[in-house]
Amino acid sequence: MTFGESTRIVTARLHNERSWTISSYLAAGGYQGLRKALTMTPKEIHDQVNTANILGRGGAGFEAGRKWGMLRQAQPVYLTINGDESEPATFKDHALIEGDPHQLIEGAVIAAYVIGAAQVFIFVRGEFPLAIERLQAALNEAYDYGAVGANIFASSFSVDVVVHPGAGAYICGEETALLESLEGKRGYPRIKPPFFPAVMGLYGAPTIVNNVETVSNLPWVVINGGDNFAALGEGRSKGTKLLALAGHVKRPGNYELEWAKVTFRDLIFDPALGGGIRDDNELKAIIPGGVSSPWIGPEHLDVSLSNEAIAGIGSMAGSGSVIPMDHTTCMVRAAWRIVRFFHRESCGQCTPCREGGGWLEKILERIEMGQGRESDLDLLMDVCDNISPGVSWPPAQTTICVLGPSMPPSIASGLARFRDEYLAHIREGRCPFPPDRLPRRLARV
Amino acid sequence: MSETNSAVSQVADPADPGVVVHLRKPPVVTASAVGTAPPRTPSASDTVTVTIDGRQVQAKAGEWIIDAADQAGVYIPRFCYHPRMKPVGMCRMCLVEVEGPRGSTLMPACFNPVSDGMTLHTRSPKALKAQEGVLEFLLVNHPLDCPVCDKGGECPLQDQTLTYGPGETRFVEEKRHWDKPIAISELVYLDRERCIQCGRCVRFADEVAGDALIDFAERGDRTEVAVFPDSPYSSYFSGNVVQICPVGALTSKPYRFKARPWDLEQVETTCTSCAVGCRTVVQATQGQVTRLIGVDSDPVNWGWLCDKGRFSYPDASDAGRVSVPMIREGDELVESTWAEAIAKAASGISAALRFGGGSSVGVIGGARLTNEDAYVWSKFARVALGTDNVDAQLGDGLPAQTVLGLPRATIDQAAAAPLVITVGSDVKDELPVLYIRLRHAVLEGATQLVELNTTPTGLSPYAADTARYKPGELAALAVAITSKSEPTGPVAGVDASTIASIRGHISRAGREAGPSGPAVVVLIARPSLAENDEQVATAARILAEIPGVAFLSGLRRGNIHGALDMGMAPGILPGRVALDTARSYYEHHWAAELPAEAGLDTSGMLVDAARGHIGALVLLGSDPLVDFPDADGALRGLVGARFVVAVDTHLNESVRRADVVLPAAPWSQRRGTFTNLEGRVSWLGQVTSPGSAWPEWMIAVELAARLGVDLGYESPEGIWAEIEKLSPLHRGVTHEVLSGPYGRDGVVVPVGASGHSTAAVRPLDPMADPGISSAERHKVAASSLSYGRAGAGSSSAMKPAQPRTAQAPASDSGPDAQVEPATPPLVGLPPVPVPSPSKPAGSAVGGALTLVTRRKMWDGGTAVQSSTYLSGLAPPPVLVANPAELAALGVAEGEKVTVSSAKGSLTVAASADAGVARGIAVIAWNLPGGRVGELIDAGDRLNFVSVEPGGDK
Repeated sequence: MTFGESTRIVTARLHNERSWTISSYLAAGGYQGLRKALTMTPKEIHDQVNTANILGRGGAGFEAGRKWGMLRQAQPVYLTINGDESEPATFKDHALIEGDPHQLIEGAVIAAYVIGAAQVFIFVRGEFPLAIERLQAALNEAYDYGAVGANIFASSFSVDVVVHPGAGAYICGEETALLESLEGKRGYPRIKPPFFPAVMGLYGAPTIVNNVETVSNLPWVVINGGDNFAALGEGRSKGTKLLALAGHVKRPGNYELEWAKVTFRDLIFDPALGGGIRDDNELKAIIPGGVSSPWIGPEHLDVSLSNEAIAGIGSMAGSGSVIPMDHTTCMVRAAWRIVRFFHRESCGQCTPCREGGGWLEKILERIEMGQGRESDLDLLMDVCDNISPGVSWPPAQTTICVLGPSMPPSIASGLARFRDEYLAHIREGRCPFPPDRLPRRLARV
Repeated sequence: MSETNSAVSQVADPADPGVVVHLRKPPVVTASAVGTAPPRTPSASDTVTVTIDGRQVQAKAGEWIIDAADQAGVYIPRFCYHPRMKPVGMCRMCLVEVEGPRGSTLMPACFNPVSDGMTLHTRSPKALKAQEGVLEFLLVNHPLDCPVCDKGGECPLQDQTLTYGPGETRFVEEKRHWDKPIAISELVYLDRERCIQCGRCVRFADEVAGDALIDFAERGDRTEVAVFPDSPYSSYFSGNVVQICPVGALTSKPYRFKARPWDLEQVETTCTSCAVGCRTVVQATQGQVTRLIGVDSDPVNWGWLCDKGRFSYPDASDAGRVSVPMIREGDELVESTWAEAIAKAASGISAALRFGGGSSVGVIGGARLTNEDAYVWSKFARVALGTDNVDAQLGDGLPAQTVLGLPRATIDQAAAAPLVITVGSDVKDELPVLYIRLRHAVLEGATQLVELNTTPTGLSPYAADTARYKPGELAALAVAITSKSEPTGPVAGVDASTIASIRGHISRAGREAGPSGPAVVVLIARPSLAENDEQVATAARILAEIPGVAFLSGLRRGNIHGALDMGMAPGILPGRVALDTARSYYEHHWAAELPAEAGLDTSGMLVDAARGHIGALVLLGSDPLVDFPDADGALRGLVGARFVVAVDTHLNESVRRADVVLPAAPWSQRRGTFTNLEGRVSWLGQVTSPGSAWPEWMIAVELAARLGVDLGYESPEGIWAEIEKLSPLHRGVTHEVLSGPYGRDGVVVPVGASGHSTAAVRPLDPMADPGISSAERHKVAASSLSYGRAGAGSSSAMKPAQPRTAQAPASDSGPDAQVEPATPPLVGLPPVPVPSPSKPAGSAVGGALTLVTRRKMWDGGTAVQSSTYLSGLAPPPVLVANPAELAALGVAEGEKVTVSSAKGSLTVAASADAGVARGIAVIAWNLPGGRVGELIDAGDRLNFVSVEPGGDK
């Protein structure tokens, strides 16, 4: 199987010359999906999306069509596109916004047409300056072209789209924090209930928050039909998935693959994809779905990359970021790095995440620096338990949002697999691995 | 054991009414006064059954789990939750285990409503593990410096750690460090290391006070409460954040390191700083008041206090305090004795009475008196001095008959009314906690606000409509918004569309009003001290014709409403009755002849004194030189009066001119009752000793004795008993009632008139009132804590008193007992005043601006200026005018201008505000360095000023 030639949906145009311009986009059949959509009723499109069974590509994997169906019947309705991709080793939306902004705009306008929104906000991570620049330029082109604004393509449908740069907080990728930030407030996740922005979202109005990759699929689905989309993939995991392969592989990068048809082994070792572990080292562990997912081991290489299969081995597909780690990797250091990221991005609103995260970071740092005690291992697990009771998967939480419970998995799964490595740090009073290629202590921000 | 303990145990003794602490056994309440409005029987539809810790309890549908648990007597630990703010579920301390179809989950009790059949566990292993975990997290970065922390001993973090926290720390790393403390305002210090990020202060500032000047900064465990760059947390309500902070992160400058909570004596009382009458606890140690804490009185202040009330307590500074009697020797006041000073005062007064009779003496002031003091002085003036020249107002208020005769609303009624119209007052500056209540009603309730004001106020941002009318034309505006026909053009400078919109609000309010409460509540106050009271009195009378209208008086000074009710106004006698209708009644009961005619008000007395007609003037806690709108008129009056006796707590400017100065006991050093702007009577407690000062009633009794009249009073309780017996307004409001279960909320007089209920006494919440409760928790038996939660007191309401028959005070066996006159009627609606043509509108020269002046909270008055902590808060005086006005003068922002009138001139900086209409010059009343009173002629209907660039012309 040559994965490089599998069906491409969202990345089909990415390698075209100046793919981000409207001329390039139109030459490749751009805005045909929107033109077709405007000849259909919103319900017809919604049905196609339901048939396609597009799982949300932001990480939680909630069906996009079902989410739209939960919209509270009230006006106004807002559509918000979540482009605040900020997790370490996750970079698929980045590529889509930068490489094919018109596809995103077209998908967003189709989604707005379905849900009856007259206003779309595209929230883009502030640290994507090129993406923001290209998206804004594309939006201007789209307005000129008549694909956005009043009476789109001479239809009676009008929608305005605004690009909103984020202000540098990972937490604003959490959809309710994103809405707070859009409202001009501090980016605090909202406390549930109400559970869904579809009921009470931006400015209290019903709001749909969709991921960049999710809406980028819409033009294709409208043109080719939901059943053609659903013909790809398996089970609940339909269509293609854009996988961000990072970590210790020879060929890191974004790979759009038919979903559920590839295994971790394919992704990591196929010459057309990951191309194997760097320096032909030994694979030690894999972070299968972003750094908040529990780690899996080489014994799981033949597990399919589908949502269900990864859930079946006690982890998650998440947003599609796969990070293999080779045998030179210190597992304590890896967990410390991950926890440090989450703690520093903790919004500080609720206690377990704010204080528990800082504490976990300090304990891990101490162990890594050779100052650990054997009792620290139980302490780590108990602190994790106070953030995520039971330290199980899927996680329970004492927190407001899932950022806090994103810290325990790398500790718990790391400790379960590599307890000896933790103990070696403690007994030897030092880290047994060579120093990082990066400075060990990054300056505090 | 501390004094507090004994104070609390004393209160169970009804024979000792001197100490009233809010935690007392409900005494037997007299049947005449209490017990109407049937206890709210919850209907089945709004009650749900919840199982809390295995016990089935009834709860109100939709209420938060934490509230339902409180009602059931189950305490769930908490930090961020506050019953007077919206829940946020941030601290996670209140996690409880709730059973559900998919197993049990941990939920914050403050953010999840109860539902029927819900089963929850607050002390299950899972809940306890979560609670202990959260507490351990909160302590991770907390410095645990309890021995040097102001909060130690009354700290919810300390208390809840003992009950719910881990026994020892597992944290061995270094805690976070910050500079500490940092001053976030002139009054409040922030220690970020102690902060547990509960957000109570941040939410209070934004949600309750509307001053969003503090917020969180940074992330993770570096999260801190911060002020914005170059913008201190200068809010009128900043002290509340200190009170509600559940740790020692926010401390107040005046209390910092002053005392430990277990050393404090305390008494519950009412703040007399303004006429709102917020319920408060005063705490003292070693005879010095150290702190005030707001008490949650449901109908009044909801636990909040303004900074002026909280921090201007008598012992905050002794600057200028009068502690011993003084008499004039030449140009100097020298210390004297009570005997000598009283004798000298009496002889001065006697001399005046001998030469000029009752009309040649007068009493100015009385708003700082208790009701009992005011009653005795009112009687003293009529009986011993033979004069009706008595006025508690200083020419800066409203006609007494207007205040007393208009139908009254309560604050709760205003907050529930579809429409509130504010006239004249800047509530935020003058009646601060009323501003909090009205703002809340507008933002959270169904109340709409219409503002009739010449200039912007603190409530302007919340007004649905604002009529910026032309000064001096308020009555015309009132006619336009109430008359049958729509105006065709602008009236009083207000365009027809605004007037039409206001008329729409009034008719909408009439349709939406509930069956019991008023449709429209008008807050009526003097729009400007540079304008006489004629327009506002006329406007009030016109607005009184709105169907379903009721009024809140905007008079701001302390117990002014109590003083007026006690007859401290010409033509008025105790009990809100008129001299001419009640004369025979009081002549009978007081067994004395009363003045034949109504006397003079302050203005009249000062004019008479300036003409040499006043032989003796008593200043009763007043400072006309500063407070009378016309400084020149006040000075002429004081100079013209041949003999001046001052009864005061401080040596203010007027007192310094007196011949005899008698030291009066300040607020915390005496007991009695207070009446707020609703007519709510509440008990004032005494916490410190008066030293050599006397309460005012005692001074009157002694003076009367020297003048040959035996008033015969021995205690405030005895005086109150006479008031309750004689005053038709206070019938049924016995001392037992006031010190009983209604003590906290007071009683609105006349009982039953407003349909007011004192039912809702909130359950004691140790987190809502941290300062008090903690002490109580340690010192009070558990049975006392249930006060207010259950029992007769909590669910019943005041009942209209049975009108007594004329024979009622049968014990009064004077010679004429058998022909006792009937009880006089209360003062009614005042007549519509006829504008007097004689009063000129001042002399407006070309280019002149109409002067508008009102009080700010931080001003040049004694309360603020004698306080070490507050005196610096008063801003410098500024002339505020429309930008076009300043441009026409060629004056830039901040430049000095000279403001002059026929009376005098003043140099101030100029400031532009587009919210101020053209033709108006606004200068705040008497800020330090700018005596606006020197520009004003009280005889003029309006005052005009000319403004020139440059200073000191």
